[in-house]
Amino acid sequence: MRSIASVVNRKSSPSFLKILRSRRYAAYWMVLPLFILIVGLVVYPFCYSLYLSMLNKSETKWVGLKNFGRLLGYGTFWLVVGNSFRFTLIAVFFKATLGLALALILNNLPLAGQRLWRGVSMIPWVMPLALSSLGWWWVFEPTHSAINWVLVQLGGTPKPWLSDPFWARVSTIVTNIWFGTPFFMIMYLAGLKSIPESLYEAAQIDGAGAVQRFRYVTLPMLSRLIAITVMFSTIVTFANFDIVRILTRGGPRYTTHLFGTYAFNIGIEAGHLPRGAAVALFMFPVLGLAAFFILRNIARGEE
Amino acid sequence: MIQSLARRKRAKVFISYCALVPFLVFFLFPLYWMLITSFKTDTEITSLKGVPLIIQGKPTLAHYKKIFFETAYVTWFKNSFLIAGLVTIITMAISILAAYAISRLRFFGSRHFGVGVFCTYLVPPTLLFIPFYKVVGALGLLNSKWSLLFLYPTLTVPFCTWILIGFFSSIPKALDEAAFVDGASYIQMLWKVFLPVAAPGLIAATLFAFTVSWAQFLYPLAYIYRENEMVLTNGIYTTLIRGDVYFWGELMAGALLASIPVVVLFAFLMDYYIAGLTRGTLR
Repeated sequence: MRSIASVVNRKSSPSFLKILRSRRYAAYWMVLPLFILIVGLVVYPFCYSLYLSMLNKSETKWVGLKNFGRLLGYGTFWLVVGNSFRFTLIAVFFKATLGLALALILNNLPLAGQRLWRGVSMIPWVMPLALSSLGWWWVFEPTHSAINWVLVQLGGTPKPWLSDPFWARVSTIVTNIWFGTPFFMIMYLAGLKSIPESLYEAAQIDGAGAVQRFRYVTLPMLSRLIAITVMFSTIVTFANFDIVRILTRGGPRYTTHLFGTYAFNIGIEAGHLPRGAAVALFMFPVLGLAAFFILRNIARGEE
Repeated sequence: MIQSLARRKRAKVFISYCALVPFLVFFLFPLYWMLITSFKTDTEITSLKGVPLIIQGKPTLAHYKKIFFETAYVTWFKNSFLIAGLVTIITMAISILAAYAISRLRFFGSRHFGVGVFCTYLVPPTLLFIPFYKVVGALGLLNSKWSLLFLYPTLTVPFCTWILIGFFSSIPKALDEAAFVDGASYIQMLWKVFLPVAAPGLIAATLFAFTVSWAQFLYPLAYIYRENEMVLTNGIYTTLIRGDVYFWGELMAGALLASIPVVVLFAFLMDYYIAGLTRGTLR
């Protein structure tokens, strides 16, 4: 049948159009722009980054792995490594649990209220992070801002939010939790909707209480979804830039830097592009591992 | 029995609303704080007396006037619209064609290509911004907003293609066959069958491309230092922050105004956005 259609189509077309229309070539020119984009603007820059990271500061001499070695010898770099992992683990943990709690809460609401409050809860995720981080920066301002005022009213002492290493880390993590919790919520809510009601009914008939239904029905049904969402969030959180850049610029004394902000600091601000590239490349193993787990999970879901 | 069930259900809803309150306070407080700050006078912002959580003095529009008339804010707004709009158009053109080919026209390596698209969508901007500095420089586009026109698609195209593949794949094959029997070419079929049927997917992808382009901060910050070429995110950050304590009002006014376009878009198209997000991540 199809061949008839293409014969009909082909009559009186000039040969160039014929090629464009033929099934064999159609697919190739259609994916060509995407292919050029991926190769030219992702694969090539990545390979170039590998090369760049092996040059000296003025990019005149090939120095091998010296940039990587230098970084590994810096105490500062290890601060960045430790902080990046700490930031990611703590933030993702809180986002995943708070997101789950929020999804369960919203799922209990009647539909109209659920729609409204789901939308409102998404605002932190929808708002450009660089702009909301400016708002958080002002929230954490020590003398004129709200949070210390509230603390004092409640009988506490004001905290040096952004100038003390511990509190500065807390601030960046809180901002990240604020930004990312809605993403988890929306994923979980979609997952909760897909759990068949009959499973809960069956559990109830078997005498399972609310906690048991959550433990033995909800959690197992959501496990794959949770795994994928956590991995996604791990990538985004680990590679975050906006929050730390705006709240602390990596300070005080490099204690809140992440790989992204440190690479910016070294590569763009201090003008050592090769070493900046090396810093960014250190992220690759973690990102690659997370991507691998996501792909494996998705492939498993397709079977 | 039925009555007690109804009562239990109402109690559950009530408790859920109570539990929701702390979340809403957490989510909305920074926005509220930004909003009232933007309407306070400088004297009130820096005053240590009274309750800072409300506007005590006379509200003022001075900060808004200042960013509009004394800074390049309007230019940044225009630049943001221009870049995000153009990037969205480019993104949709590339993604629609590619997603259609990958989901329907089997070609050599099409399956692996889909996986490749997915992997590129997981590449964060912080991984490649250093080599991009060299690329942008080599193209003579440092300090130009046009550099963003080819950088942003690297962030938007893979995700949009990926969600469109999902939407296209869910269109029943019977529709293709019917169209072919009627003598439709591949392009006609894409145009007349796929695009209308996958409209929700197209809306989601468009929205996504626009919001991502609007919100990007790292690339403009790294490559654009001339005030007139900046977009909102880096413009507000690099020029509204000054060395004294009196910039908070303008900074908050600027940040809030700049967020409005994407938040409004989201408010109207929430369902498409959420459908796209969940399908793009889970599938």
